[in-house]
Amino acid sequence: MSLVNALYDFFLTMGFSAITWQEIVMLLISFVLIYLALVKGFEPLLLLPIAFGMLLANLPLAGLNAEPIYEIVTNPITGEHTHKMVDSGGLLYWLYRGVKLGIYPPLIFLGVGAMTDFGPLIANPRSILLGAAAQFGIFTTFIGALALNFVPGLGFTIPEAASIGIIGGADGPTAIYITAKLAPHLLGPIAVAAYSYMALVPLIQPPIMKALTTKEEREIVMEQLRPVSKLERIVFPVLVTVVVSLVLPAAASLVGMLMLGNLLREAATMQSTLNRLMKTAEGELMNIVVIFLGTTVGATANGELFLSPSTLAIIFLGLAAFSVGTATGVVFGKVMSKMTGGKVNPLIGSAGVSAVPMAARVSQRVGQEANPSNFLLMHAMGPNVAGVIGSAVAAGVLLSMCNI
Amino acid sequence: MDVFFESIKVMGLGMLGIFIVISVFYAMIVLLGKVFPAKGNNL
Repeated sequence: MSLVNALYDFFLTMGFSAITWQEIVMLLISFVLIYLALVKGFEPLLLLPIAFGMLLANLPLAGLNAEPIYEIVTNPITGEHTHKMVDSGGLLYWLYRGVKLGIYPPLIFLGVGAMTDFGPLIANPRSILLGAAAQFGIFTTFIGALALNFVPGLGFTIPEAASIGIIGGADGPTAIYITAKLAPHLLGPIAVAAYSYMALVPLIQPPIMKALTTKEEREIVMEQLRPVSKLERIVFPVLVTVVVSLVLPAAASLVGMLMLGNLLREAATMQSTLNRLMKTAEGELMNIVVIFLGTTVGATANGELFLSPSTLAIIFLGLAAFSVGTATGVVFGKVMSKMTGGKVNPLIGSAGVSAVPMAARVSQRVGQEANPSNFLLMHAMGPNVAGVIGSAVAAGVLLSMCNI
Repeated sequence: MDVFFESIKVMGLGMLGIFIVISVFYAMIVLLGKVFPAKGNNL
């Protein structure tokens, strides 16, 4: 009998005894995401850590997300109260501090800046306006999320709606940055939606681009971009940082780190010793942060919170945000095309949603389908990097307007 | 209904804010091109 009791006690210590149906569903979702990342190649760099974080967080009794436990100890002589740590908490709890405190997204931006060539944007400054137009999806989805308050059982507050809307910026780190500040309880579904749609850019954008343009417009061949001087490249990130910090302080950490990364990239060609910093920013540091960010964000997808009608609403609204952002970028591209007498191919407007460089590649591919001799990639890189700046500015605007 | 009107206001002001900041960047890039013109080096 004691053996049976011992086995029963042992069973109670196993995760099997405590697993819930929500955790089983979440484990199955994490398996699907791992499959999509590994086999289908959907944003594997981030989707795989997110999926694995989801898996870890839904293993019962593992306590990886457990908060540390403190007890108050009173000094018998002085009567002074101090905190003593009884349990140090789970690994993912501590790694998540980097998300909660808004540290990881700006570090990712540092790496993105070190990897991004702002030359096409500087050569064609008009393209920065396309990056602004494509942010329209953020705000229409913001309204859409609040309109769902009329649906029984659904309801989003203004900070939650702002976090959902930012999915339309097609910029994972920005979405995480905003959500961690405005609606941390929605981090799991928003991060999964944002990265899933970024991976699906080649499927989502082309039908919208084709529906909104004529064949003649898609065939437009753009003039070669002008050369960009070294000084322009060096001064640009410094000036942008100063302007953003003065005009929109809430966006300073994202844009500032993006521009520091870019300055390292450009300055490394002048001072070879800076090459080390540039390589670290775009390499090891970026990779480490991606692992921490992905795993901890995935670990926020707790079964009880994730499996709710609001998650389905977020998935739907995220798609709407992406689609509207793409559409407004293309429409603004058409306006620009008309105003310049047909010198701008409207297809580059869709790249304004960020998602570097995939959205620019989609513009290139759709353009070449219409005119095989057309080469839009460099022209689309302008709005594409403008989209990164635009979504960071949109994040700053939302943070300012939501009074955070 | 109040929340809806509030969201319209956020949208209008938000897009206006984005275009103002981006327009400042636009002007800045144009100015950069004039102050530091390229001398033969390519993109």
